[in-house]
Amino acid sequence: MKNNLKGWLYLLPAVLFLGVFMVYPLIDVFVYSFEEGYNFASQTYFGVGEYNFSYVLHDPYFLQALKNTFILVVITVPLSTGLALLISVGLSSIKKLRELYQTVYFLPYVTNTLAVGLVFMILFKQTPYSDGLANTVLSWFGVAPIDFIGGPYWAKMLVLCIYTIWVVMPFKVLILTSALASVNETYYDAAKVDGTSKFRIFRKITLPMISPTLFYLIITGFIGAFKAYSDAVALFGTDLNAAEMNTIVGYIYDMLYGNSGGYPSYASAAAIILFVIVLTITCINLLVSRKNVHY
Amino acid sequence: MKVTLKNLTKKFPSRNKKNPAPVVAVNDFSLDIEDGTLIALLGPSGCGKSTTLNLLSGLQKPTGGEIYFGDDDVTNLPPENRGVGLVFQNYALYPHLTVKQNITFPLENRKGKDKLSKAEMSDMATEVAKLVQIEELLDRKPSELSGGQQQRVAIARALVKEPRILLLDEPLSNLDARLRLQTREEIRRIQRSTGITTVFVTHDQEEAMSISDMIVVMKEGVLQQKGRPQEVYDDPCNLFVAKFLGTPPVNVFDGEIKGGKLYIGNEAVMSFDAPDATVDVAIRPEGFTLEGEGCFTCSLDRVEVMGRDISVVAGHAASQNDVIRAIVDSDNLDTLKGDKVVFGLKPNKVYVFNKTTGERI
Repeated sequence: MKNNLKGWLYLLPAVLFLGVFMVYPLIDVFVYSFEEGYNFASQTYFGVGEYNFSYVLHDPYFLQALKNTFILVVITVPLSTGLALLISVGLSSIKKLRELYQTVYFLPYVTNTLAVGLVFMILFKQTPYSDGLANTVLSWFGVAPIDFIGGPYWAKMLVLCIYTIWVVMPFKVLILTSALASVNETYYDAAKVDGTSKFRIFRKITLPMISPTLFYLIITGFIGAFKAYSDAVALFGTDLNAAEMNTIVGYIYDMLYGNSGGYPSYASAAAIILFVIVLTITCINLLVSRKNVHY
Repeated sequence: MKVTLKNLTKKFPSRNKKNPAPVVAVNDFSLDIEDGTLIALLGPSGCGKSTTLNLLSGLQKPTGGEIYFGDDDVTNLPPENRGVGLVFQNYALYPHLTVKQNITFPLENRKGKDKLSKAEMSDMATEVAKLVQIEELLDRKPSELSGGQQQRVAIARALVKEPRILLLDEPLSNLDARLRLQTREEIRRIQRSTGITTVFVTHDQEEAMSISDMIVVMKEGVLQQKGRPQEVYDDPCNLFVAKFLGTPPVNVFDGEIKGGKLYIGNEAVMSFDAPDATVDVAIRPEGFTLEGEGCFTCSLDRVEVMGRDISVVAGHAASQNDVIRAIVDSDNLDTLKGDKVVFGLKPNKVYVFNKTTGERI
């Protein structure tokens, strides 16, 4: 009993902070999401029910944000993970200049999001003086200039996807390179002596060996992509609804503090919807991984 | 399959910037391995025995020299075309595959006309599993097996592709003492029943002597001596080999040859026909005797009874070891009293070596 008390004492700081800043707000959000027309200032609401959810799910801005977020997730998670795997396998199989390449691939990770946004502006934004680097390159192939930042939906989505992949990849490369390095050399030697082709070694030995890491990256990748917001802001500014580039987190923010803001109930409902989506996807991920991840 | 190594040399580039001379792991190594024999490469760690094995498997390329399997020059063949089965020290079983999948792994690599059907592979796996007695473990994962069982699976995986030679890298070092005894018998049995030419690397002289047809003692990349275990033990060509083989180890003394007699300290212990010189004298523990008249006086330290034999722990001013160990018949127990013991020596267990070169005289 005495030991127990001591244990709780040690845990107290963590429990206190997590309770105040994590658990309480979580419960609060859940409560808000069912309180119709909650007002921060007066702390009042009209009634209790599922109206908030029904409003949010019928709000065209939310549906747009939902669509954007899903497209972003579906495109960027597999692509960034796949590319990161390709790059790390490449990095592990070269000896010369390996450190240089590792540094180059890791640079985006330590670069400020908004600075990266600026670089993308130079690449993609049309100004009175230039059409942006991307358009310059496209013009060599006779493609008419495209307004990537203020133009058609697909062009904006393309830039957002490229941006997201570029930002999230370094971390994945880093983790995968170390996972690859931790695979015992003798497995490869054993496979070599048995005349296993390079591709089969990769598929039958390397991939299963790093599968726990790979699935960790996929799961965190999904969660991260669902929470996308700052990337869109860096590219398209704060009025994301006007740019048709809003995300779910962006919608929640707008509902709270944006120009059309002041609706904590709607924001909470949207947050709960996001939570349910992420929870579902993560559960599916875990179920799939149980079949495919070894150990 | 007869295996021939001709002047095999392997140098590794130096990592030490102050001393750019390459590290010579294997130095001008020549060896003939007869078909169907079990041969042990024996030596202390860092003597180049594992490198020699890697050169045989093709995982490393020699800097010089040639390797023949039968009449085929395989020196420049990649590992997959050599037809070797290799068992690693840590077994290198794929942890995500079952025992059966591990064993069939090499078979699945076959392409073209050598390609096997699932049923054929399964049959071959079952057959080899029977040979190493693991039929009932085929559906388990390696992590669910004991060390000895993993060892058998590794051997099965190496044998299933019917290699021309089987290579074992320190096959017993990850097993506990009892399992080691059992497994080495097992390796011997498997080798006998398949008749496959087998090379195994070990630093344990007892292991090497007990199961191999032939042992090869190496030191610093150089072949010291090769021969049947008993031959090498009875007739070591230099001091290193004499010291390396045998438990308890050989007793070494500072000695001198003077006027056709071998002296240790002030005592002439036996006649020895060689020019006068200072020498190292090595005497096997079983080379001491208490029967008849003694000629070699030592201080008696203590007596350890081992049942059939007794081990006499003694001391001598000229001894290079801390203590002298003599193994004598237990009948002599009563005669060992006081603080002195006078041994007789069996001439065929006494080896005399050149003090500077270490070569046998």
